[in-house]
Amino acid sequence: MSQPATQHNKDDVMASPKPSKWQGFLDSDIVHSWKQQPVVIMATLMTLLMFMGALFAPWIAPQNPFDPGQLELIDAFTPPLTTSDFTGNFYLLGSDSQGRDVFSAILYGSRISLLVGFAAVFFALALGTALGLVAGFRGGWRDAIIMRIADVQLTFPSILLALLIFGVIRGFMPGSMHAEVAIIVLIIAIGLSDWVQYARAVRGATMVEKSKEYVQAARVIGLPDIKILFQHILPNVMRPVLVIGTIGLALAIIAEATLSFLGVGMPATQPSLGTLIRVGQDYMFSGEWWILFFPGVALLILALSVNLLGDWLRDVLNPKLR
Amino acid sequence: MLAFFIQRLMQAAFVMLVVALIAFSLFHYVGDPVLNMLGQEATDADRAALRTQLGLDQTILVQFWQFMVSAVQFEFGISYRSARPVSELILERLPATLELAIVSAIFAVVMGIVLGIYTAIQRGNWLSRFIMTASLIGVSLPTFLIGILLIYLFAVELGWLPAFGRGQVVELTSWWDTGLLTTSGLRSIILPAITLGLFQLTLIMRLVRAEMLEVLRTDYIKFARARGLSRRVVNLRHALKNTMVPVITIIGLQLGTIIAFAIITETVFQWPGVGALFITAVRFVDIPVMAAYLMMIALVFVVINLVVDLLYYAVDPRLRVQGGGK
Amino acid sequence: MSLTQNSAERPDTASQREDTTAVLSVRNLRVEFPNRHGTLVALDDISFDIAPGEILGVVGESGAGKSMTGNAVIQLLEPPGHIAAGEVRLSGERIDNLSEEDFVPLRGRRIGMIFQDPLTSLNPLFSIGDQLVETIRAHLPLNEKKARAKALDLLREVGIPAPETRLDSYPHQFSGGMRQRVVIALALAAEPELIIADEPTTALDVSVQAQILALLKKVCAERGAAVMLVTHDMGVIAETANRVAVMYAGRLIEIGPVDDVIQRPQHPYTEGLMASIPGLGARRERLYQIEGAMPRLAAIPSGCAFNPRCPHAADRCRQERPSLLATSQGQAACWLHDPVNPVARRPLQETSS
Repeated sequence: MSQPATQHNKDDVMASPKPSKWQGFLDSDIVHSWKQQPVVIMATLMTLLMFMGALFAPWIAPQNPFDPGQLELIDAFTPPLTTSDFTGNFYLLGSDSQGRDVFSAILYGSRISLLVGFAAVFFALALGTALGLVAGFRGGWRDAIIMRIADVQLTFPSILLALLIFGVIRGFMPGSMHAEVAIIVLIIAIGLSDWVQYARAVRGATMVEKSKEYVQAARVIGLPDIKILFQHILPNVMRPVLVIGTIGLALAIIAEATLSFLGVGMPATQPSLGTLIRVGQDYMFSGEWWILFFPGVALLILALSVNLLGDWLRDVLNPKLR
Repeated sequence: MLAFFIQRLMQAAFVMLVVALIAFSLFHYVGDPVLNMLGQEATDADRAALRTQLGLDQTILVQFWQFMVSAVQFEFGISYRSARPVSELILERLPATLELAIVSAIFAVVMGIVLGIYTAIQRGNWLSRFIMTASLIGVSLPTFLIGILLIYLFAVELGWLPAFGRGQVVELTSWWDTGLLTTSGLRSIILPAITLGLFQLTLIMRLVRAEMLEVLRTDYIKFARARGLSRRVVNLRHALKNTMVPVITIIGLQLGTIIAFAIITETVFQWPGVGALFITAVRFVDIPVMAAYLMMIALVFVVINLVVDLLYYAVDPRLRVQGGGK
Repeated sequence: MSLTQNSAERPDTASQREDTTAVLSVRNLRVEFPNRHGTLVALDDISFDIAPGEILGVVGESGAGKSMTGNAVIQLLEPPGHIAAGEVRLSGERIDNLSEEDFVPLRGRRIGMIFQDPLTSLNPLFSIGDQLVETIRAHLPLNEKKARAKALDLLREVGIPAPETRLDSYPHQFSGGMRQRVVIALALAAEPELIIADEPTTALDVSVQAQILALLKKVCAERGAAVMLVTHDMGVIAETANRVAVMYAGRLIEIGPVDDVIQRPQHPYTEGLMASIPGLGARRERLYQIEGAMPRLAAIPSGCAFNPRCPHAADRCRQERPSLLATSQGQAACWLHDPVNPVARRPLQETSS
């Protein structure tokens, strides 16, 4: 393990597997499979549409539903495709009890749903990968502790954990702050409830990778562990992680919607799709069906397309991983 | 056999210990129970008195021990919000949740296995394909959306079934009011039970189907057919039994999930169960209720896991070798 | 496995074959596997007979179609594989066109089958007694008690020691050889007239193989059952079979009495096959190796499937496919044996030392 050897052998060690050729093969295979499945094409288009709507919401939406100053209380309960007699505003999908434009609310709501979804997956992915790498690479008591925690956590459904974590984080904060930081609390709660899968996959892949010759060689020539982890092992364990992540996104979006629906997520002043549905449920019997219907359809489309897309990506990327 | 059982029991105890530790930490570190119970206006003397009364002046270890002792007796103190004993709150709502969970579990398991077998044996016909596609939609949608869809269709549009509540209940024992013995109670449980069971149904169905297809490809099934056994016997006697070995585990775990997911269904249908109680507790940071619910759910999961292990053992003779001699 | 070729002990069934009705008669059998890219022909124009009491060995490399032939006869082809053309007759009755429903009573009752791996042939969750009783009762009008008695007899017959203590045991409690004995008992339970044994000894220890073969021969001879013995092991064939059929790339390329085929193979592929087995055929300085490999089903060359590897291949072999042609002793699908205009045999240029 002499230090000078490092420089000399570095290239040999790094010349191990893959970049561009593999990428080309992967791409062609994915494209081929994509073209053959009309359902997947449809899901892609729908996902793109929802993404675009969410991304450009401030430019598309007629009003900012989060800004109480822009809501016209006098226009409350305007039916869809109607121009208000009082303000002359046109409501494509109607308005709710606050005079909030349902169309705008959906655009901004899916923005929150997607933001929380992506951020929670990223958080879970980063945490799980880091812990999985440590557990797999170092082994010993670190591995034991991390995997024990993972086992206990796996005993419970993640939505229950997210609820619990949400409640606990709230307990540490004064009530006045709840609404402001709801989105961050949601991201942490959903992310924390979902890191185990990543950690398990990464730990397994790391242990396989660790025993391979090129890593052994890198250790023998004295490369620091951090360098080995990031340069050699991480690229090789990213594939299963990404596969889990594609499915995880759909699950995180559903988890956010569920928490908000249960009244423990986004507040009614900054509604996500789940919040809109919770609010809309009150009007199911009174005839103002659009307040519930359109957000429901939006969530249905979002959840279904992202799920189908994730399923398909998983199958294409790795048919064996389930 | 005994060693296996003891090992599983130790695991279960470990999980319970960890959960108890978490529940205890909730009590101890989240918010100040004294402040929560007495409010801002109480005097320092009052607080000190309550602190002594609650044992909060003891060392952490003693407090944890006391917590464990009372947890075993199902004592979780007083709800911050309703100022009633937590055990009382949970017990009066438990029957509603259990009835809902059991009905939807039966629905999910029976339908899941039947549909799973059907779609495996009749692979490729239009009905199987339709069921598989529908199940994909079923797993992709959030539970609460399915519930709302059902309410809208069967309660609002068609008016066939009640949209919320538990209907009329009758007293079964002093602490168990059942809705399963009245017509309105039975009508009320249909939609929530379907909503709660649908997700597990699709999971079980897909699992049974996948396992069954796997089993149907094995040599012993081919040999059973070569021996001249009828399709029926091969599929329903041989293939099904082998399919059930791995499926039992998952089904067991899914049953635990049903109780947890009841939180969502109870909220959608305003079902007066422990799930709805838990949601209120989370919303108002009612730590004693949260802790008690957590311990209760953990217990349910641990017991189910144990039962599943034992069942597994009963079905597969290969596991019985070590203990049973030859 | 050492070879003891006691042809004197074997009744020469080949000569009687003409006048008795064959137990199994396969004519121009063709099995296809349709897939996305087209149709794979897994078996092409297979014809052979098995006489009562006869043991026909079927040999070939893996993928040659020998197991597929057995599966086609008992109609246990994996979908989407199916019989696309040809006829299969069991004691004169046509069976290839029977529906699944009509075929079920034949399996086990008239055609028994033994698979390669005794470890996986038995359902691990049922005791062997259960599996025997259900098989017996599927075919014979016996009550539970009599079926159990019969199961005991069968186990005794196939040489399971103390069968009454083993009836309620599960498969995992038996050794590989014992399990194969159980499998044989199951296949013979209803005394079928034809047994298809698909690599019955391949998964077993060498020391057990001979015992199982001897057992199989004995119980079939006692019942007068004909046997189709599928194996890649020429040693097994030489020791057990009366006649042998050689398969290559889904086709039957040579068939004849076992000693003749071993001593004087007529098809160049069989020649190569025999020469490559130590201790068989003419002694050579070193083991012979056929150049190249058997083609995949998707890429079978036109004409004779063996032509790219054949030392004698002529233009005709590349264009025209030979059917089975009579040779001095049996039949071979090779233009070397064309009665009118045979292709000339080229002298082998051996690289002997």
